[in-house]
Amino acid sequence: MAYDYTPFPYVSPPGLTAPEARHRVVIVGAGPIGLAMAIDLAQRGVASVVLDDNNVVSVGSRAICWAKRTLEIFDRLGVGERMLAKGVTWKIGRQFHGAEEVYSFDLLPEEGHKYPAFINLQQYYAEEYLVDRARDFPELIDLRFKNKVVAHEDRGNHVALTVETPEGTYSLQTEYLLACDGAGSATRERMGLDFTGQTFQEQFLIADIEMDESPFGPDPVPERWFWFDPPFHAGKSALLHAQPDNIYRIDLQLDVDADGKAEAAPEKVIPRIKAIVGDKPFRLDWVSVYKFRCIKLDRFVHNRVIFVGDSAHVVSPFGARGGNGGIQDIDNLGWKLVAVLAGEADERLIETYHDERSHGSAENILNSSRATNFMTPKTPIEALFRAEVLRLAHDQPFARKLLNSGRLSVPCSLEGFPLQTPGTGAVPSGRAVVDAPINGPEGDGWLLEQVQTGGFTLVGFGDVQLPEVDGIARVGINQRSADYPCFTALKGLAIRRYGEGRAYLFRPDGHVCASFTAPEADAILAARARAMGAELEPSR
Amino acid sequence: MTIAPDRLSPFQDEFYSALMQAHEGLTEAQSHALNARLVLMMANRIGDLDSLVDILKTARSYEHG
Ligand SMILES: Cc1cc2nc3c(=O)[nH]c(=O)nc-3n(C[C@H](O)[C@H](O)[C@H](O)COP(=O)(O)OP(=O)(O)OC[C@H]3O[C@@H](n4cnc5c(N)ncnc54)[C@H](O)[C@@H]3O)c2cc1C
Repeated sequence: MAYDYTPFPYVSPPGLTAPEARHRVVIVGAGPIGLAMAIDLAQRGVASVVLDDNNVVSVGSRAICWAKRTLEIFDRLGVGERMLAKGVTWKIGRQFHGAEEVYSFDLLPEEGHKYPAFINLQQYYAEEYLVDRARDFPELIDLRFKNKVVAHEDRGNHVALTVETPEGTYSLQTEYLLACDGAGSATRERMGLDFTGQTFQEQFLIADIEMDESPFGPDPVPERWFWFDPPFHAGKSALLHAQPDNIYRIDLQLDVDADGKAEAAPEKVIPRIKAIVGDKPFRLDWVSVYKFRCIKLDRFVHNRVIFVGDSAHVVSPFGARGGNGGIQDIDNLGWKLVAVLAGEADERLIETYHDERSHGSAENILNSSRATNFMTPKTPIEALFRAEVLRLAHDQPFARKLLNSGRLSVPCSLEGFPLQTPGTGAVPSGRAVVDAPINGPEGDGWLLEQVQTGGFTLVGFGDVQLPEVDGIARVGINQRSADYPCFTALKGLAIRRYGEGRAYLFRPDGHVCASFTAPEADAILAARARAMGAELEPSR
Repeated sequence: MTIAPDRLSPFQDEFYSALMQAHEGLTEAQSHALNARLVLMMANRIGDLDSLVDILKTARSYEHG
């Protein structure tokens, strides 16, 4: 059944009749990133106004692959379990050359994690669930559909906005403007910021089809199937994914000089799909032709205007690093912005959002562009190497590893960045929480849920005493008789993953910022102060 | 044919893109020559006749007929 795009109601904004008081945060764009951003801030008690020029969720499924780390962040935001329940869970990717499978990879070979390597869920569902969740905060999230930002001006300590609605134009002021207005960001364009990078000439046909019988065959296990030079689409590449509601995603590489419009017409698309699925009946749900780009902004933070998600960086989708990268952005920015707004940290903490996430986005671009380059050889010599890699991949292990149909999104490590105190634990400082099953007073649960409760958390694994430190939550794993909540490591996995007799300090975004064998209050306070930016160079 | 263990990962993508970059902007003839130089220099690095002969045979064995 096709998704029902129920429009969100337009409500007259107060600013149309009388000037509004200056807001602390205005978010432009109610895509997955803007919505997640607003929820993160609301959970930390900070109000925001979210402006979107449209009034429906994403048209077409667009992003479908949501990575484990994203789901863990969504868990903290209160939507992870709903997405997991609806989504199609998968972890195996298979790569074919012609009709023969040459290499498969398992993205999460170990058990003991709340969330799987990936789920597939249409972007419209992800956005719908985020909007529903945002509605849980009527006092803190002011969602305004059909409100288009047409101008903005940074006035040093605030930003002034002009907003267009069906009833006319009004103005707003905000201490911080978060530009979550997507790849075509008008905020970015108004500021004249350079946004150039590699554009791939190849075009890709992206089609979602609904069919009762699975194109993966009878008794299918949902997987990611990728073909180089498949029998049904000679000389090009193809990708197949399963989504909820019997919808399947098919990506087909087209000729460089293909006519995009003509290629998206049903009379062109249907025969291409039939070549893959045979005579099984199907319905075309959504078709689009894309050219992909890999680009990022030089700086994500421009005084009071902060770029988050696709407005700051765009990647080709092979590797599912676009939306997943953006969700890691909001995870990184939320607690920092709140600390600065509360006067608990200096503004330079916000600059570290740029440092850490620009690094993450560079990593995403590197991986996505390498994959796209491998898929689309640009010269005869590149094509020759590619052909020989494919040939060798049938039996040479090294060549299988060279096949690159996308290196899928993994959590970005912030190792080596100045907010982290270097540590020698099994999980290095900078890494995102590694989940593990635990049992406590309320039954079985996950380490993730104890670490991501909003603030800094100190977790002791095994024989290690955790001192009381003001404002830092404490959690014990395999500890007895402590004056803080304690849990048992199920199957010993938490201890195996973190090491026995060690304490870890987690930032509010669940990244490790320090670890200790004999944690003392002073050292913990120093590590927290460092994570809050106390040791950064003073801001200009 | 010898099935050799993989020694390129985890830097296989970095290597592959460096290899493609080495060819960037060359004509096909120049690329061909570059490849020949690469083979010779890599052979010198390997520096072991048995290994080299084995690699030559294995690579050739993919040429059916
Ligand atoms: C074919 C395809 C497949 C993809 N697959 C994946 C995948 O599997 N996994 C993944 O992680 N990512 C994937 N992506 C990328 C993903 O869709 C994007 O990264 C994601 O949508 C970015 O979210 P965003 O909120 O930053 O921007 P958008 O989703 O673009 O949202 C921006 C919002 O801002 C609004 N807006 C714009 N201008 C204004 C204005 N002036 N005033 C008010 N509102 C405004 C827009 O209406 C829109 O609602 C895919 C993308 C494509 C195209």
